[in-house]
Amino acid sequence: MALLEVKQLYKRFGGLHAVTDVSFSVEPGQIKAVIGPNGAGKTTLFNIISGTFPATSGSVLFQGKELQGKKPYQVAALGMARTYQNIKMFSGMTALENVMVGCHVQSSAGFLSSMFRMPWIWREEVAIRERSMELLTLLDIAEHANTDASSLAFGQQRAVELARALAMKPTLLLLDEPAAGLNIYETAEVGRLITKIRDLGITVLLVEHDMSLVMDISDEIVVLCFGEKIAEDLPAAIQQDPEVIKIYLGED
Amino acid sequence: MKRLLPILPLLACVIGIQIVCSGTDTLYYLTQMTMAAYYSLLILGLCVLMGYAGQISLGHAGFFAIGGYISAGLTTHSLVPFKDNGLIRFLDSTGLLLSGQTLYGEELLVISPGLACAVAILSAAVIAVFIGIPVLKLKGHYLAMATLGFGIIIYRVVLAVEYFGEADGISEVPAFPLFAGLSVNGNFGDRVANYYIAWGVLLLGLILLLNLIDSRVGRGLRGIHGSEEAADAMGVDTARFKLQTFVLSAVFAAVAGVFLTHYNGGIGPSEAGVMKSVRYVAIVAVGGMAHLWGALLMGIVLNFLSLRGVFGSYDDAVFGSILIVIMLFAPNGILSISFRHRLTRFFTKGKQEKGGGA
Amino acid sequence: MTSELFIQYLLAGITYGSIYAIVAIGFNIIYNTTGIINFAQGEFVMFGGMIAITLLQFMPLPLAIGLSVILTMIIGAGIEICFIRWLKAPSVLRLIIITIGISILSREVAVHIWGESIRSLPYFVGNEVSSISIFGARISPQVLWVVAASALMFICLGIFFKTTSVGREMRACASNRKAATLCGINTENMVTLSFVLSAGMGALAGCVMSPITYSQYDMGTGLAIKGFTVAILGGLGSSGGAVVAGLLLGVIEAFSVSVVPLAFQDAIAIAILLVILFIRPQGLFGSKEASALKEF
Ligand SMILES: Nc1ncnc2c1ncn2[C@@H]1O[C@H](COP(=O)(O)OP(=O)(O)OP(=O)(O)O)[C@@H](O)[C@H]1O
Ligand SMILES: [Mg+2]
Repeated sequence: MALLEVKQLYKRFGGLHAVTDVSFSVEPGQIKAVIGPNGAGKTTLFNIISGTFPATSGSVLFQGKELQGKKPYQVAALGMARTYQNIKMFSGMTALENVMVGCHVQSSAGFLSSMFRMPWIWREEVAIRERSMELLTLLDIAEHANTDASSLAFGQQRAVELARALAMKPTLLLLDEPAAGLNIYETAEVGRLITKIRDLGITVLLVEHDMSLVMDISDEIVVLCFGEKIAEDLPAAIQQDPEVIKIYLGED
Repeated sequence: MKRLLPILPLLACVIGIQIVCSGTDTLYYLTQMTMAAYYSLLILGLCVLMGYAGQISLGHAGFFAIGGYISAGLTTHSLVPFKDNGLIRFLDSTGLLLSGQTLYGEELLVISPGLACAVAILSAAVIAVFIGIPVLKLKGHYLAMATLGFGIIIYRVVLAVEYFGEADGISEVPAFPLFAGLSVNGNFGDRVANYYIAWGVLLLGLILLLNLIDSRVGRGLRGIHGSEEAADAMGVDTARFKLQTFVLSAVFAAVAGVFLTHYNGGIGPSEAGVMKSVRYVAIVAVGGMAHLWGALLMGIVLNFLSLRGVFGSYDDAVFGSILIVIMLFAPNGILSISFRHRLTRFFTKGKQEKGGGA
Repeated sequence: MTSELFIQYLLAGITYGSIYAIVAIGFNIIYNTTGIINFAQGEFVMFGGMIAITLLQFMPLPLAIGLSVILTMIIGAGIEICFIRWLKAPSVLRLIIITIGISILSREVAVHIWGESIRSLPYFVGNEVSSISIFGARISPQVLWVVAASALMFICLGIFFKTTSVGREMRACASNRKAATLCGINTENMVTLSFVLSAGMGALAGCVMSPITYSQYDMGTGLAIKGFTVAILGGLGSSGGAVVAGLLLGVIEAFSVSVVPLAFQDAIAIAILLVILFIRPQGLFGSKEASALKEF
């Protein structure tokens, strides 16, 4: 069974058709990429999948469960994590605390038990802290753990955001342009990292403009243009697809 | 534990003030310090609501009044006419009622302060849930107006309902015995004890909230403040967290109301007034919104000064000005780093051409 | 209910309703150009009445009213210039708290100048007992002044926004502030102007209503809540909606006199406000999509 199944998804903003009849599925253990020119509807697609807003029509199945009608926090609890195209840090919190928020779904302390510091809360806190530190180390930003996250450099913020998403121990990870704004070395590093994440058993769905990265790491590619899916195939085949080439190279 | 360490010097100050006041025969200062402590309890709760959950409330005096008025009403209104009612008889048999005699020798039967306190706090919590569910769906101006409207309705109710004493409020509220001979009351002899009760309650509240802020829940709340969308995507049930914080702060306000009412021996409608709610917001703002220590400090200082009558007939004007000045020049509170930077820059302007860049 | 009594109530409702509508339009003018709900809106009405009452000792009534309106407009401009203009991208919370602070300060200034006593302007024509008869109901001629002044303000405002170039610029600023700035409109001045306009309207309303409802330093909060209720009820930003909603609230209040105890009269508006915020925040006539685009 596919891990994620998107079926006949439509999204309209007033008169604008942002997503039109898009269907595809993501198999467990895959790295799947969604590409397309600016305004193609990629971020909109991610927002629908993660529950930020509902689709106009269509359905999204995650592990066989319908996600339409679910709130983002419910989707997150099912095991889906995401990052944002324009980074959304928790400003006013340190990098470490940002990642610790990511452990939210994996922990359970409530209002009363937190206020009264029940013994098991102690243990949970320690575990959360250690795990978050490990993730920061994995992403090579451990030395900034106690810096205010919003004052970090751009690339470091991306790393924190990724660590935060990984802290959720997701089954499926949605990455919206993880390499945007990074230089080629950093981009290559991100590529290695994504492969490593996949090897940890996390399925990855990714939006990316950097073609070499996409062709390098993804198992399958979906191409969107003006909200419609125009191709879905292996990287090698996509590179040969005349229609895709036409879009990317322009008609003239 | 690190976050709780600053409580020790605070505790030393509290004890120090008491010793100095006892030594110099200025015990009357302790009365205002006691009252300021109770008001600060409410302010701490409001600080978590505004600073961490990011929700403004212009109706918190309403919750204070709900606590104070219900506890006052239950412990003063005689139940003698209902003596034969089954429920009353049952309560009497469980020791939850208090019988005695009025000043004029009439028989008196009222609810015991313990039960009254519980009912009062529970009522505030229940009302907070019912108000909070619809109100917290609103944002910005709408939220402000809705909570303001709630506050005004409570004010109207206490002003119009005979049970709550209309314009006179409720007086002759009995002492609230706690444990080990301690009781919340305004007797001169118990002034020092009550000072410590108030500060004990306040510090307990502070510790609970400090724990909360540095926990999974607290991080979730601060996350909502940083980016609601991202917090939501991290699995934080933002609506539920906001509601729970709202109820929590309402309970803090109600507890403050109950204790202060028993301490003062009465409560009047001005406690429910809009100006009170605005004043609490002002104090939280001065303290720096998301800053429990700042809120505590400002809560004590400003309430103490105001209760001492330092501001005279300009009391409201002072709080109004505080609101404006703080929001204009130091929206993150006067203890905030950015404000301190601005101040130092202001004073060193002439000497330095350029301060440290952003 | 006799038909005379019915008309009596109806007219009372219309009188109060038109005042509410004017206050609501004051809210709307500022909201449209700035996105701010000015919590000090009611204080403009208070200042209008109080200043006119003071000036009346030195000059005839029409002059006192005119001067009072102008002075209140200057106050409005002063408030905007001192407290709003130079803030860079302030958060909504900050603006709410600032305007609340302004409202409190205004009230405190008023109480220190005029004290807590209740005052009023004299009736413009006749006195407390003079009345005219409409459909058998006897009403004070002042009622006609209130309704006429409100209608006049509403119409003038409409003409101002539709035909004058400044009015058109203000509307441009209302629909899209950034675009208006790019077109060379000085949006900052437009914002000041919106405060001036809404202060002036509030002040005039404060003058014409003073003989009937009296003026007092703390009348602002109650009026502001009612005006806000009306503004929301009619759809925030819509002047036409405000008029309909204002009359509606006025009439509801008037007819509820026989049912709702006097002490809870003010609570009616608040109850309506809460209900409308909970179930239809876009107002009676607003569409949900349009209100979703507004930032609160
Ligand atoms: N919340 C929204 N309201 C209205 N229109 C929107 C909204 N979100 C996106 N759009 C529009 O939908 C279209 C698709 O936008 P989307 O952000 O999904 O594109 P994208 O493929 O992610 O582009 P990019 O590569 O630039 O990130 C765009 O025309 C955008 O303006
Ligand atoms: Mg995008």
